Amino acid sequence: MNGIELKSPDEIDKMSRAAKIVAEVLEALRGMVKPGVTTEELDRFAEGFILERGGIPAFKGYRVRDKVYQHTLCTSVNNAVVHGIPSSRMLKEGDIIGLDLGVVVEGYYGDAAITVPVGRISEDVRYLLQVTNEALHKGIEKAVVGNRISDISHAVQKHAEAARFSIVTEFVGHGIGRKLHEEPQIPNYGEPGKGPRLKAGMALAIEPMVNMGEPETRCLEDGWTAVTQDGSLSAHFEHTIVVTETGPRILTKL
Amino acid sequence: MPKEDVIEVQGTVAETLPNAMFRVQLDNGHKIHAHISGKMRMHFIRILPGDKVTVELSPYDLTRGRITYRFK
Repeated sequence: MNGIELKSPDEIDKMSRAAKIVAEVLEALRGMVKPGVTTEELDRFAEGFILERGGIPAFKGYRVRDKVYQHTLCTSVNNAVVHGIPSSRMLKEGDIIGLDLGVVVEGYYGDAAITVPVGRISEDVRYLLQVTNEALHKGIEKAVVGNRISDISHAVQKHAEAARFSIVTEFVGHGIGRKLHEEPQIPNYGEPGKGPRLKAGMALAIEPMVNMGEPETRCLEDGWTAVTQDGSLSAHFEHTIVVTETGPRILTKL
Repeated sequence: MPKEDVIEVQGTVAETLPNAMFRVQLDNGHKIHAHISGKMRMHFIRILPGDKVTVELSPYDLTRGRITYRFK
């Protein structure tokens, strides 16, 4: 609760090694996503890839009170917003799938997510993905020294809502570094100019979740998967970034 | 990550401590340290032992809180 940690260049170096593995896995998964592939296969691939590169999957074994997450990857298909559990579910032409993963290297975390189409998707769904990704980058642009946390939030919300999509409010971005989730929470909505001021050395995971329909979500009986209440499609993009004197630096980028 | 809201609980002030800190006995039996919210300080709302109060707890540290309301 006591403030936001500033990371040293050495710590940022470790984080960027973790983040690079995250980016590589996501890029490889993007190529693997096809009709007929199961989400389990994607998860198994991701785990093998991370271990081979000397990282540790960050989500596997992650505890929330009495629940433990058993997988490397979160695979959120169609109306799933986040935290979809890999299973024998087979991807179909026209689906979209959110892929979210974290990696630890020498105790430091990187975390990112993308949403990718399975085969051909319709134009309006492609637009949802495009707007969500753009909203993420609008938020990242605001991650400069002297701005406040909610300047990021506001930029994300404005962009998504201008396209008549809605922002999920039950999940937020977060500080990251020596833990997967650190202070501060970064909502994807709100008035600008609120919250802590950004300083060089802050490491943040910014992650807008955007729904095609209404913003409300509910959690499935599995205890993890968040889905849209109205069954509409949902997209999720995330990057781990560091605030520097010369502007935001995206770590989870190839 | 899921959004974590502050947790609001009711309690009774057990003891006043220096620096506008209080020891509060929560209705669930726990004793915590709590400070007084800035707005209450601005409006000179006095808090005495025995007062019923609302306390906000952080999900990160359940032993410390912030008094946000004093019942009359």
